Amino acid sequence: MASAAPTKLYADDVSLVVVLIDTNPFFWTTSEKNSSSLSFADFISHVLPFLNAIMLLNQLNQVVLIATGVNSCEYIYDSSLPHQQSADGKMPAFYSEILTKLEQFVSKDQRLAKNDSSLTMSSLLSGSLSLALCYIQKIFRAGPLHPQPRILCLQGSPDGPEQYVGIMNAIFSAQRSMIPIDSCVLGTQNSAFLQQASHITGGIYQKPAYPDGLFQYLSAVFATDLQSRSFLRLPKPPGVDFRASCFCHKKTIDMGYICSVCLSIFCKHHKKCSTCGSNFNQSQQDASSTLDHKRKTPEA
Amino acid sequence: MAVVNMRAKYKVNTKTPGVPGVLKMTDEKFTFNPNDPRTSAKLDVGFRSIKGHKFSKEGSKLALLNLTLEEGGYIFEFDNFSDRNTCRDFVAKVLGKLQTVSSGKEDAKVVSEKPVPLFDEQLSTAEMERRMKLLQEDSELQKLHKQFVMSGVLTEAEFWATRKKLLNSEASRSSKQRVGFKSTMLADVRPLTDGRTNKVTFSLTPEIIHQIFAEKPAVHQAFLKFVPNKMTEKNFWTKYCRAEYLHRTKNSLAAAAEAAEDEELAVFLKHDDILASEARRKIRRVDPTLDMAADVGDDYLHLPDHGILRDGIKESNDAEHEHYKRTLSQDLNRHAAVVLEGRTLDVELGDTRTVAEALARSKQGELSAEASDDNASWRQSERVSRMTEIEDLQGPRGLPIASLCIKDPRDYFDSQQANALRALGDAGGGPKAANCDLSPEKAFESLSQQILKLKAVGLDDPIVKPEVSLKVMNTLAQPSGDKFFLGKDSQDEVLDRLPHGTREELLHHWKSIEELLRHFWSSYPITTAYLYAKVDRLKDALSKTYPKLEALRDSMQSDYRNQVGLLVRPMLQAVDAALAHAESEKRSTKTGARPNGLS
Repeated sequence: MASAAPTKLYADDVSLVVVLIDTNPFFWTTSEKNSSSLSFADFISHVLPFLNAIMLLNQLNQVVLIATGVNSCEYIYDSSLPHQQSADGKMPAFYSEILTKLEQFVSKDQRLAKNDSSLTMSSLLSGSLSLALCYIQKIFRAGPLHPQPRILCLQGSPDGPEQYVGIMNAIFSAQRSMIPIDSCVLGTQNSAFLQQASHITGGIYQKPAYPDGLFQYLSAVFATDLQSRSFLRLPKPPGVDFRASCFCHKKTIDMGYICSVCLSIFCKHHKKCSTCGSNFNQSQQDASSTLDHKRKTPEA
Repeated sequence: MAVVNMRAKYKVNTKTPGVPGVLKMTDEKFTFNPNDPRTSAKLDVGFRSIKGHKFSKEGSKLALLNLTLEEGGYIFEFDNFSDRNTCRDFVAKVLGKLQTVSSGKEDAKVVSEKPVPLFDEQLSTAEMERRMKLLQEDSELQKLHKQFVMSGVLTEAEFWATRKKLLNSEASRSSKQRVGFKSTMLADVRPLTDGRTNKVTFSLTPEIIHQIFAEKPAVHQAFLKFVPNKMTEKNFWTKYCRAEYLHRTKNSLAAAAEAAEDEELAVFLKHDDILASEARRKIRRVDPTLDMAADVGDDYLHLPDHGILRDGIKESNDAEHEHYKRTLSQDLNRHAAVVLEGRTLDVELGDTRTVAEALARSKQGELSAEASDDNASWRQSERVSRMTEIEDLQGPRGLPIASLCIKDPRDYFDSQQANALRALGDAGGGPKAANCDLSPEKAFESLSQQILKLKAVGLDDPIVKPEVSLKVMNTLAQPSGDKFFLGKDSQDEVLDRLPHGTREELLHHWKSIEELLRHFWSSYPITTAYLYAKVDRLKDALSKTYPKLEALRDSMQSDYRNQVGLLVRPMLQAVDAALAHAESEKRSTKTGARPNGLS
């Protein structure tokens, strides 16, 4: 185990990979029924060897696994912590440890669901992103020498729009700390959140065309350290849809009015901001100056 | 018809001595008749074939004029610059006129009832030269110029009207900059010894004298004081050179001795009091908030080969003659200060006396300006107080802020959710629909089941299956075919992938279409017959681009044709839009005209 010995010198190819795996039961159950997509068991069979591969690439590499549930998020595995060696012959010790932790996590997630009546169907990506960022901040603050961190989101379920603000905040904080967010989307649709996340933070966005070749995608695209990435020809993202939706009719618009106080977006002119209550109609000149007509176009 | 006759030498290139003869220029052509009729250097060339003219700088060795053809040209050497300038101005005028006329004539063909002959625009030589220069520098512009102005689609005036900014910036750039002091030190005033006698010669030019005045205010002062009342200018400079010579030989003892004898000489040899007082004045004005530590990292004197190594052996240590020594660093600093200050004089160099006086005046002006600048000292003290402010002692700087009130943040989040759900529905929400009929219990159960199965059975083995593996390899390794690679900046890549010639051609087509469209749209609304004719002309030119673009697309190989087609489409659309607008305008004017005609 690459325990944090104070004398070790980190080269720029030492990575800390924080992997977020989606454990949304709704997504995985439907995906199990669908013959063309992966089941959760297959998914884990692809991800665990990938984690192993990262640790093999460099002795100092570090892997942290975080589960993204529908009601909670949790650290599942951290390769820098000491672990008991109890290999049972069937699989490496840390595989079985991860599986045991996952099982506990899922049952805990289920219990939380029972307590909470307002059930959401989307995974708490904002929560797991925050956990990942906190972990990386802890590493940053531990000392001047640290591995190069990056986050890899393995997301299946569709975006949870109610997390928009949380996710955007996480994205911007990652951008500020220069942590790339890579994303590998296993669901049927592209994830607008992760597209933006990877675009803003300079990570890679990938939606595998053949989910059963997931391990290959992971090892070919996401395994290399940040330093080596500059030498590789990695897949370029398709256009990212940056359009926002208006607050009044929830329509996706490419031109609209923005409240100069709280930056709420409206598709037509209002006398008063419905979000912060600012009055736009103090005088004719004020009205034209407080409301900016801005254009945002999709880049695709 | 103007005619210029001038004695000149015709040269094949600048190296050859040239054939003497007479150059005769008329509005249409120029002829050269050699003095010796036997030589074959007789010329008779129409100005139409001349593309431009170049000439040697005034003050250079030869007075040359080069009339350039497409390639090569005719070089004439004149006896003096005034002759050359006469010819040069004449040529510039003729060429300028020819250019406008050639496009103007085309105009006249198209528009018979043109009200004002625009080509009669009188252009100054300078304006003409500026245009020529711009065309020479910018091959892109030249191409457009050739394509449209020469072919008569646009007139010269129209072409340049949209580029006034370019011309103006060119004009302002050429006029503003003034030559500053050279950055070389005055070491140039090297004494010349002729070896035989003991005589030492210094040569001073007005340039050098100006620099001496600027760098050594004491000499400047002395010059104003002594010349011409006490001694002649020649005497003055002799004395100065003598002093310089003493310095150069580093003979401070001799310098002291000489200075004791001759009080005028002493002026040159002693430390410059004026300089010293000026330095003190500057020190008083130094901004106290200046952070001296800020550039401490720039110190590179400790690096090898930087700084001046002096061994100190030659510098004898006699304190009494200290006055008569100048250190190299003093000289360097002074020189640097003067060079940075720049040349503020507008006086023609030449007469030493006027230069000295002008310099004195400008100095005076600076001083008085500084003295009267109370504002500056006030600003300085304000800055000091701001920089040295102690935060703890300041009162709270409360700005009148209204706090942001968000009524209910859920408004926002809920709206986003509803919106996204709708978006999912639009995107064929297969999984969503399936989700809805799943109870959470069942879903969680099946997930736990899978984990249990994994624990019991172990991982899928092997995880890389050959048939899938190949497909994945292909998608990852063939980026160009993959839809993931037609992203935002694929456009540039497409352009880069095309053969060089095609790329240039495409870019050129874009440029020319843009140029035409710019003129086209700027002609609306059509108010005069002239604009009407212009639009007609432009319309013709635009419709001619169709076959060109199509030919370009069809000439491509099949693998590029699609991409070129994609690039060409927006061009065609832009042209379509323009032509459609022209059509609808025509129709509306027709229908508008009918009732008038009826009534």
